[in-house]
Amino acid sequence: MSELKQTPLYPVYKEYGGKTIDFGGWALPVQFAGIKEEHHTTREKAGLFDVSHMGEIAVKGENSEDFLQKMVTNNVSKIKNGQAQYTFMCNEQGGVIDDFLIYKLDENDYLLVVNAANTEKDFNWLKQHQINGVEVDNVSHEYAQLALQGPKAEQILQKLTETNLKEIKFFRFDDSVEFHGIDGKTIVSRTGYTGEDGFEIYLPTTSVIDLWKAILEAGQEEGIQPVGLGARDTLRFEAGLALYGQDLSEEISPIEAGLGFAVKTDKETDFIGKEALTEQKNKGASRKLVGFEMLDKGIPRHGYDVLKNEETIGHVTSGTQSPTLGKNLGTALIPSEFAHEGEEIDIQVRKKTLKAKIIPTPFYKRK
Amino acid sequence: MNLPKDLRYSKEHEWVKDEDGKVRIGITEFAQDELGDIVFVELPEVGDELELDEPFGSVESVKTVSELYAPVSGKVVEVNEELEDSPELVNESPYEGAWMVVVELDDSSQLEELMDADAYQKMTEEEE
Repeated sequence: MSELKQTPLYPVYKEYGGKTIDFGGWALPVQFAGIKEEHHTTREKAGLFDVSHMGEIAVKGENSEDFLQKMVTNNVSKIKNGQAQYTFMCNEQGGVIDDFLIYKLDENDYLLVVNAANTEKDFNWLKQHQINGVEVDNVSHEYAQLALQGPKAEQILQKLTETNLKEIKFFRFDDSVEFHGIDGKTIVSRTGYTGEDGFEIYLPTTSVIDLWKAILEAGQEEGIQPVGLGARDTLRFEAGLALYGQDLSEEISPIEAGLGFAVKTDKETDFIGKEALTEQKNKGASRKLVGFEMLDKGIPRHGYDVLKNEETIGHVTSGTQSPTLGKNLGTALIPSEFAHEGEEIDIQVRKKTLKAKIIPTPFYKRK
Repeated sequence: MNLPKDLRYSKEHEWVKDEDGKVRIGITEFAQDELGDIVFVELPEVGDELELDEPFGSVESVKTVSELYAPVSGKVVEVNEELEDSPELVNESPYEGAWMVVVELDDSSQLEELMDADAYQKMTEEEE
């Protein structure tokens, strides 16, 4: 595994029983105690994730808002300092180059938190379109990132800081949070990728081991556990959060993926992909991402074919056995004519053609 | 690692127990640990023929699907139906509760081709 990239937390995974795998060139823990256990712990108590592999790109300068307005689909002028926004960066055809959060740190000072595997691609795309009065920097190496997710997240994190975390609302952040015994200021946002309440914390790479340990210790009585990529995937899947490379790609548009809320075709700026996406919004996309439940026994997986009347009509984008619901569930990209709740489709699970039924998403919503 | 001495082992991480011309087959503790939480087990039916080194079923964890490769050739005479509703047995009891099939051997000398516990352990150590 010597050629794989490591996060600053790599040296401590073993101590917590972490089992590492190659995830897009990174040596990351797929699990600690076990995927199902970690999944339930995050839904019921709290889970701590190392997400330091995520990329960070800084966009600064007097024309940074205009620049971002042109590059992304959401309306960047709507966010205030201390606010984060989910958005897409698309190509001319409306395919997704990446989906990410934009943090507005200050006027003319933004931080893009992007998918690890797309960092280079995003950076190059931004550089390619760069205008005067804008600086674009890949600052990924400066940041480590932890995610603390679950109903007990706030209670646990509050033990470690004087900042009143209640004041950090959903998709808001505070960029000067200090933790007891941890050097330096951190950015704490109320965001996540699990469908639970919780926080994402950005901090210097040199402090992340200390904070990781401090959070796990502070959360002991609440039953906190470290969580790996396996449960991160089942958690996000149940909550209907898209995974780039499966549910989104350069060949899948946000409209097809049912994520039109982050595509502001009515904003004035001619952003890249606006024409294609406007047409899809107005006329309706020819394909749609739907959720389905297996009726026959079998687990759908990414890439399996979807059939109707023995003809392939699409493919499974994500699928697993849902730990929370105990059902075999998936999402699939299929022609819009079949994309109705209750419609029966077939899934080719290796050698077997198995029945499934389209159901509403997200599969899970917290109460 | 728990590797009962009375079992034989395949390179695909199955154990095989000699029961007088028949053999009982399951996957090893090492295999279940590598796979993680098992959520689905697909097995052949009684009467099906197993062919050496060919897939005869699959084991699915939360993350992945793994084929089961036949460690011997022969006819399936018993299938562990319990695994359909309780796949987690593969994690909890790989050598007892989670046996998968019983096969009537075409040729009992096949067992000699399989590894003993020491040889299997050596192989897994090299894999890690």
